[in-house]
Amino acid sequence: MTLAASSSPAAVDARAAASGTTGDAHPADLSGFALGLPPRPALLSRRAWQALLALIIVIGLGVPFSALVLPETSAFHLSAYAMTIAGKFMCYAIAALALDLVWGYCGILSLGHGLFFALGGYAIGMYLMRAIGHDGKYGSDLPDFMVFLDWHQLPWYWQGTQHLAYALLLVVLAPAVVAWVFGFFTFRSRVKGVYLSIITQAMTFAAMLLFYRNETGFGGNNGFTDFKRIAGFPITHPGTRTVLFLMTFAVLVLTFIGARAVVTSKLGRVVTAVRDGETRLMFLGYSPLAYKLFVWTVSAVLCGIAGALYVPQVGIINPGEMSPGNSIEMAIWVAVGGRGTLIGPIIGAFAVNGAKSFFTAHFAEYWLFFLGAIFVLVPLFLPNGIMGLIDTLTMRKKNRP
Amino acid sequence: MAFFLSRIARRGAHAARSFSAVAACALFVALAIPQHAFALTTADVAPLAGDDFDAKSAAIDKLIAMHDAPSLALLKALSEDNALATDAGAVLIQSADGGDHTYDAVTGKTVAAGDAQPVTLNNLLRSKVAGALSGLQLASPDLETRRAAIGELLKSPDIAMKPMIDAARAKETDPTLKRRLDVLWAMTALHDTDAAKRLEAVQLVAARHDLEMNELLRPIVAKQPDGSFTEPDARVRAAAQQGIDALDAIQRRSEIVGTVFAGLSLGSVLLLAALGLAITYGLIGVINMAHGEFLMIGAYATYVVQNLIQHYAPGAFDWYPLFAIPASFVAAAAVGIVLERLVLKHLYGRPLETLLTTFGVSLILIQATRMIFGAQNVQVVNPSWMSGGVTVMQNLILPYNRLAILAFSLIVVGIAWAVLTKTRLGLFVRAVTQNRRMAACVGVKTARVDSYAFAFGAGIAGLGGCALSQIGNVGPDLGQSYIIDSFMAVVLGGVGQIAGTVLGGFGLGLVSKAIEPFWGAVLAKIAVLVLIVLFIQKRPQGMFALKGRSAEA
Repeated sequence: MTLAASSSPAAVDARAAASGTTGDAHPADLSGFALGLPPRPALLSRRAWQALLALIIVIGLGVPFSALVLPETSAFHLSAYAMTIAGKFMCYAIAALALDLVWGYCGILSLGHGLFFALGGYAIGMYLMRAIGHDGKYGSDLPDFMVFLDWHQLPWYWQGTQHLAYALLLVVLAPAVVAWVFGFFTFRSRVKGVYLSIITQAMTFAAMLLFYRNETGFGGNNGFTDFKRIAGFPITHPGTRTVLFLMTFAVLVLTFIGARAVVTSKLGRVVTAVRDGETRLMFLGYSPLAYKLFVWTVSAVLCGIAGALYVPQVGIINPGEMSPGNSIEMAIWVAVGGRGTLIGPIIGAFAVNGAKSFFTAHFAEYWLFFLGAIFVLVPLFLPNGIMGLIDTLTMRKKNRP
Repeated sequence: MAFFLSRIARRGAHAARSFSAVAACALFVALAIPQHAFALTTADVAPLAGDDFDAKSAAIDKLIAMHDAPSLALLKALSEDNALATDAGAVLIQSADGGDHTYDAVTGKTVAAGDAQPVTLNNLLRSKVAGALSGLQLASPDLETRRAAIGELLKSPDIAMKPMIDAARAKETDPTLKRRLDVLWAMTALHDTDAAKRLEAVQLVAARHDLEMNELLRPIVAKQPDGSFTEPDARVRAAAQQGIDALDAIQRRSEIVGTVFAGLSLGSVLLLAALGLAITYGLIGVINMAHGEFLMIGAYATYVVQNLIQHYAPGAFDWYPLFAIPASFVAAAAVGIVLERLVLKHLYGRPLETLLTTFGVSLILIQATRMIFGAQNVQVVNPSWMSGGVTVMQNLILPYNRLAILAFSLIVVGIAWAVLTKTRLGLFVRAVTQNRRMAACVGVKTARVDSYAFAFGAGIAGLGGCALSQIGNVGPDLGQSYIIDSFMAVVLGGVGQIAGTVLGGFGLGLVSKAIEPFWGAVLAKIAVLVLIVLFIQKRPQGMFALKGRSAEA
């Protein structure tokens, strides 16, 4: 659990802030000044590799066994419902990781990542709609909603979506292109801080309005649903579900390792410098544009992949996913878990969504109060989230002889 | 735009229809019947007892042409459904009072109703009879009766009335009525056989500058399927075309004025929403996501005040806004100051977290409102003086409530400007906005200034909510629908500048409404967003940037 936290820059900042000093180097420290970079940290510590390997083995063997082999009557049987929930949470965790890359490491708070998530979902959704084939209500070549709208042929942007490979390409390309274009124009004019947050929010809001229209060709209000099969396998079959679940898990692990590789690289250092002092970095001769754009686009693509894994498991995608509120909720997952760490967002996504499932099942009316309270209390009392809390606690234990 | 541009009912279309349908037989009758009146005969009325509506129409035309006492009485009876027909073909008139007394329409002798059935008329004949009665009233010696008759005929002129209109036009002495009669005559003379008369008629119709006249003029310049013109005379066509062009120009003008007004109206709402936002953002660098909820609080405060007044002082209901305005300001400002003192104060210098925190606050406020007032919209009624509107042009009515809000928003801007530039608090606010540390050094209590300014901004949003309650739905989600647009207004206008916000609000409103007719509301919104992103390429700090080092925060 603590494998990334101990070496993350934000945690160091937090400690500095907690002890009352600022992050600025004190002039007196110059006596110990030495040229050269501190050694690059290992991708993962030995212990972390071991823990990760153990986790992979447990999930990789345990989940198929308990979902497919154990009878439904067994206490250890993994129900379809539980697996969908867990799979959904893992998708959220990937999205949270993606958001953390830009917010926690680059200081860009995006309130529009829901758009990228939904774009990935819509891309795979187009394939899933085509894969329904003639099994729809109207038995037409076209998806049902197009028949309903009295369309007679597919719009041009639906061409080729019957191939899974092309849809997967779209999952990457659609968010990447949107993010790159948007990022290019906003970062170039050095829009940052709350300004940028507001504009990203407006971006996803505008996209939501666009996708709500029937004329846009993505099913309007209802979006895509009633999927039948994926790559030829029936989508509700336990075997298919298990494979999707394991794929999601694999992507989560790979995202984690990839993100770790990015933030520990030299590029990651510059990105962190953008967060901590963009103006200073520019005085040092760097142009932050390319770095920001890179992290931003990578983050959007990861979010898109998360959305693409989400849709076949949950079975629906609609423009509601692009609502500004959804994107802001993503930010709170990161904030709860601890931004600037890579484990934090994963924990945050599970914790907040776990709470959400619990509340909506038992006290639906109070969920918004609870969520609101998290939004208010976490920045006030847990500025570095759960990871920050764990860090403070372990530090305290260490300091006590 | 449909919500306040109410188009006048298109009576013209109806008039044109009755024209063409009646024209043929009316002309026939006019030629066939000698102009001098002669006594009503049984043969004249017999068709009325039959089933053939064309024959009935001809019979009615005959009655109109005679317009002596018996035929007038019969027309009146027809219009009041008091005419009965016997199987023998006689027409009886039932006295209007009780219905017991019936007499023969031709002879005037009292007859028993017996098996007589009411004469049935279709709508076309009904309006013909009504028109005829008005036409006959044109000859009335009483000015008011003539005025009413002309008004009635202008609504649906009937070519069968032409002789009566011609006669009345020759005799009329009152100048106003004469002018209206000219128009009426023109409307019946558009199909005259004499080209000169047609030309005069077209010119008179065109000179009315009444959009409904389109229905009369357009057919004149229209082409028949074989490519020839319906109207043979080129001069008449040219005059009609001129009239149509003038009407089109009027139409365009009123559309432009309507769009501008719609834009200003939207802008005034955005302005009220964005003003407080701009002040607090300029001052403490906080984008308050709960700002929309201050609008909502203001609107609900108005709702509560309205209900209280209705309950305790129904007589003063028309003046409830007088109490609702301060109440909405105070309610929103109170919530604002609590929010600032309890939460935001501890987060200064961490703008991104503040963004999340205020979003959380907005969730809590929305849910609390839902639980107190219910998730449904509540009803806020306009005071009576705010309903209705002023007609500035044909087919363009500016509703009073929108005008009131436009004026209100300008007053609020004026007050905000005065507070910021003329008061001590305003001086401090500007000082802290420009340079917080320096202001603190010279003794400004910056924390207190922050609180007051935040409360002031929240209060202005409350006023915005009060205004919004007069034109839109009041529900828990009220704030959400305006917040993003008002953010955009702030981004566009630049922060902490009243002038910028005013321009940003109105600019955004005008641009949105200008695009809407072409692309629809959704694409207009997207286009505006794209424009803003492009705009900040040129001016990242908005239209009115603060100058100096403090601007690079």
